[in-house]
Formats: sequence, C-alpha cells, structure tokens
Amino acid sequence: MTEKNAAGVRFLPAGDSAVSVEFGNEISEEINARVAALDEAAAAACIDGVRETVPTYRSLTVHYDPEKISFAELCGRLGGLMGELGESKDRPKKVLCLPVLYGGEEGPDMANVCGHSGLSEEDVVRIHSSADYRVYMLGFTPGFPYLGGMDERLATPRLASPRTVIPAGSVGIAGIQTGVYPVNSPGGWQLIGRTPVRLYDAGREKPILPEAGQYIRFVPVDRARYEEIEREVEEGRYEPIYDEAEDHGPGNDTAENNGPVHDAASGGQAAGKEGSR
Amino acid sequence: MNIKVISPGPLTTVQDLGRYGYQRYGVPVAGVCDAYSARLANIIAGNSEDAAVLECTMAGPTLQFEGEGLIAVCGADMAPALNGKLFANSEAVEVRSGDTLSFGGLRTGLRAYIAFFGGLSVPEVMGSRSTYLKTAMGGYKGRKLAAGDTLGTIWQPRPCPSAEGRRADVFFEPKEVYQIRVVMGPQDDMFTREGIDSFFYGTYVVGPAFDRMGMRLEGPEIKSAGGSDIISDGISMGAVQVSSGMPIIMLSDRQTTGGYAKIANVISVDLKILGQFKAGDKLRFCAVDMARAQDLLIRENRSLRGLKLWLDNRPGQER
Repeated sequence: MTEKNAAGVRFLPAGDSAVSVEFGNEISEEINARVAALDEAAAAACIDGVRETVPTYRSLTVHYDPEKISFAELCGRLGGLMGELGESKDRPKKVLCLPVLYGGEEGPDMANVCGHSGLSEEDVVRIHSSADYRVYMLGFTPGFPYLGGMDERLATPRLASPRTVIPAGSVGIAGIQTGVYPVNSPGGWQLIGRTPVRLYDAGREKPILPEAGQYIRFVPVDRARYEEIEREVEEGRYEPIYDEAEDHGPGNDTAENNGPVHDAASGGQAAGKEGSR
Repeated sequence: MNIKVISPGPLTTVQDLGRYGYQRYGVPVAGVCDAYSARLANIIAGNSEDAAVLECTMAGPTLQFEGEGLIAVCGADMAPALNGKLFANSEAVEVRSGDTLSFGGLRTGLRAYIAFFGGLSVPEVMGSRSTYLKTAMGGYKGRKLAAGDTLGTIWQPRPCPSAEGRRADVFFEPKEVYQIRVVMGPQDDMFTREGIDSFFYGTYVVGPAFDRMGMRLEGPEIKSAGGSDIISDGISMGAVQVSSGMPIIMLSDRQTTGGYAKIANVISVDLKILGQFKAGDKLRFCAVDMARAQDLLIRENRSLRGLKLWLDNRPGQER
C-alpha cells in the first residue's frame, strides 16, 4: 500500500482519511525544513478535500476527506508539489522572543543544572538565552513546542521523581532538550525559569503562539519587567515580539555564533527591549 | 428550550464532530467517540449532522426540559424513558415543559448520544463545541456535566418538526466476537511476520484501561523487529498503536502526535463499533485495502445524507 517516490519520500497510509508523508528517519533541521516546505506548498495549493496538515519531526500528516479526494489522487498531488519545493535557506527565519525570568522561585532547578554542567548561573542563562531554538513540531499538550538546538553543555538528566504540576510558562531542560510548558502539566523537566507570556490562550485570536518551522529565543528579564509583562498579559495588552531576521542558515544556531542574529537591526531591538529593563 | 441537569450520570459531556484545524498546534480533535450514532441522533432530531450533542458514558443522565423540543437518543441502549415511559433508541421523541428524560440502565454498548432540536448552545472554542477534559477546553465550562447545570439549545428560525416517522434502524448488535476492519500502516513494516500473524489471528479483549483517549487491548503479543519506538508522527482516530507488544486503539481525545509505531488503523465505518466497546468485549482484526475502506465510508456518508433528505422533506410533518 505504501507508495514511494524517486526522492525516497514515503506516503504512509494513516487510516482511510490521512496520509503521513515521510521524508526520512532522523531528527535533522534539513529534513524538518522539507516537512515545513511541503506543508507550506500544500496550504498554498488549497487541495480540495484536505482537512488539515500536521507537521512533525520528519513527516507531514495530511488529514483528508476521501469523499473529495482518494488516497492515490492525494499522493499524486502531494508528489507533484514535491518537485517545486524551495530550498530551506531561501526562507526568512521568524523568531518568537519569549521574556524569561531565570532562576529563583520560577526556576527551582537552576542549581541542579549548574551543578551538573559545572557552569555558573550567569553562564547557564547566557548560553540558554543566546541560541534560537527551532520549533520542530507541536504536540503532547496544546501548544507544546518540541525544540532543537540546545547547547550540549546545558544537558541535564530529568528529575528522578517528576513533579505532579509544572506551572504554565515554565522553561526547562530534559537531557539535551529544552522546552517551555504552555499549560499546567506533570513532568520531570529541570525548571530553570518562567515566561509570563501565554503560549496557549483559547480566548485569543491566535490561540497558540509557537508554529512548527519557526524559532523561539528566550530573552532574560528581571523581576520588575516580568511582573510588568505579566500584568500586560493579564489585561490582554501584551503583543508577542517576533524577530524576522534573514535566515543565517542552519549552521548559525549554536550559542557561539549566534551573535549576528542579536546584532541584526530588528533582532537587536527586540532582544534589547526585553534585556535592558 | 432549556435543559436542566437533575443528575449527570458518570461521564456526560457536550461534544460535536470534533475540533479540526488545530492538530498542528497540538490541540486534540476530541469530539464524539461514535460519530455515526451522534450524526444519526442529530438527523433524527432535525439537526445538521454536526450539531453539539450529549455523549453519555456507561449510564445516562436525568434531564428536565423547559420549553418544547424534539430529541433523539442513539448509540448504546440505556433504556431511555420520558416521564417514566420507555422509548426506543433512534426514534424522535417530542418533549414539553416539565418533561423528564431518564435512563434505566446499560443494556448494550457503552456510549449513548442525546441530540436536541437546534443543537446544544455552548460557546465555540477554536471552531468546535467539543469538550476536551484534560485541559478543560470547550463544551460546558470545559468539564463533564454536574447536577444543577442548565444547557440551552440554539434557536431555530424553522419550526420544530413532529416526531412522526422520524426514526432509523439501530445498527449496534452485541456479538460474542466483533470483527474490526483495518487498513495497514503507517508503520506495519516495523513488525515481524510472526507479530503481524498474532495481530490477525489472535482474539483481543478490551482491558479495564479505556477512556475517551484510547483503549488498551489484551491478547497475543505483537512482535516488532527492533522495538516499536518511532520518531513522533501524526495520529489518526482509530490508530492501532503498539507499545510493549500490546495494541492500544486511539480514540477522540488522543494526542495529535505520538512516538509508538502504529501497525494499522481501524477503518472509518468501523469506528462506531469501537466507540461502543467496554472492558471484556472481544474483537478480531481483519485487513481491507484502501479503496474498499474509502468506498465504504463514501457509501455510509451518502446513506446518512439520504436519510436526512428523506426525513426533512416528507409532506405533512408540521407539528
């Protein structure tokens, strides 16, 4: 039943009303960028019968109505789009900047991360906040972004016994992954800080902020600024900050060479605005 | 019409056909577990198929009506009664102010659907009225119903039809062993020949761990070649996920993505049987090809649309 095209892309049936287009079997920025490119192309093509698409690490699941389009027809249409996908480096990079209050009550496991990495709290904050993390996909709970690109020096194993409730907005580390919790949920992540921004708010025009294929940057703020943003969020006055710098290519995502992104005109402004207060 | 909850039953929630368009953001579809019964109940009650209904699990609620209306109960047979007088599933019933709907007890299936003319009026959240309990999203205040709650129906410009002749056949028949049809994939190639044989020749029993998210089955082990962990991908309704060699069938409240291999996916027209399974029910899987599965779905959709056209366009149905 599985159809495979010349480029090694597999069309895997996920029931009679969905197909997963699989680009490979690894987590890589290159494969994920192809997923994002097909997702975009499919949206632009407005294929009759497509209900919604779900981009994941290495595949795009397309949910469709078989009354409007058959499995074979849909695979044909998607295969046709594949030849015209642009290169990922041509695409502008959009970064969601999240203000974070690091350490203290909001980041109760900061000491664990410092202890494990041998770094000072200052260094942990500097390294964690100077990378742009790719949103590979969302899942697990509404608005939960699976992020890639954390500096390996920060890698810390999960807590031995998970917490029953992690407050929404918590920023944490689990192994080589970093993440941010959109809703209260249980979990064993090492919590190093918290953002007052709501990644998920059902009543908002855009209920969920992170988008697969975009990036997230954590911007350190002090308690005064954190509380100010918290009030803005509470009163519905807060506008999320995006940095839409030109893409510097996948190679620029490490902590060391991420400087240029911050120095870019728009990036410097966005980062500076949060950082200076 | 207003509907007052006298007693809620163990798990009664407001659901429609699901919240589509937000799975890419990790928002589960939710919605009714047995869509066929919900659609049928809506059609009999004079609604469009996707109006919000009550999904009642294991036992029904006791409801009191204010105002006139038309209702229908489909799916599990819980011995519905109006003012103590029993009536049949899949048959429209006229209700008036002060009438009380109650349920005797579960006779067949697991989930009953109550549709009300006009459809239940709760705010839409991301385009749907479905309740997603885990994050308290949608439905009636994001939760299951409780005694004392009052729900309304959406006012309709057209008159409420009479109950006369508004009925359909009951599809659900209890069986010793149910046959559930699947299409293979997306990760059937991760399982050994022996594993696939156990999947098809074995009889599986619905285990005690089942809810709106999924149901765990017990039976012969489904062996995989190198474990059944995968890099997370999308999950469809009815996906048969394998973890530690045992199948779990994913239902309405499933996560949008997951990291376990899916050997097969239950076909759309058999989802209505899945939605009625409870602990101890037995099933066997059999494979059909994609074209057949899609053809069955198209036929079922046509037959439901045909029923609606027929019920709504017969002469002399003014009340």
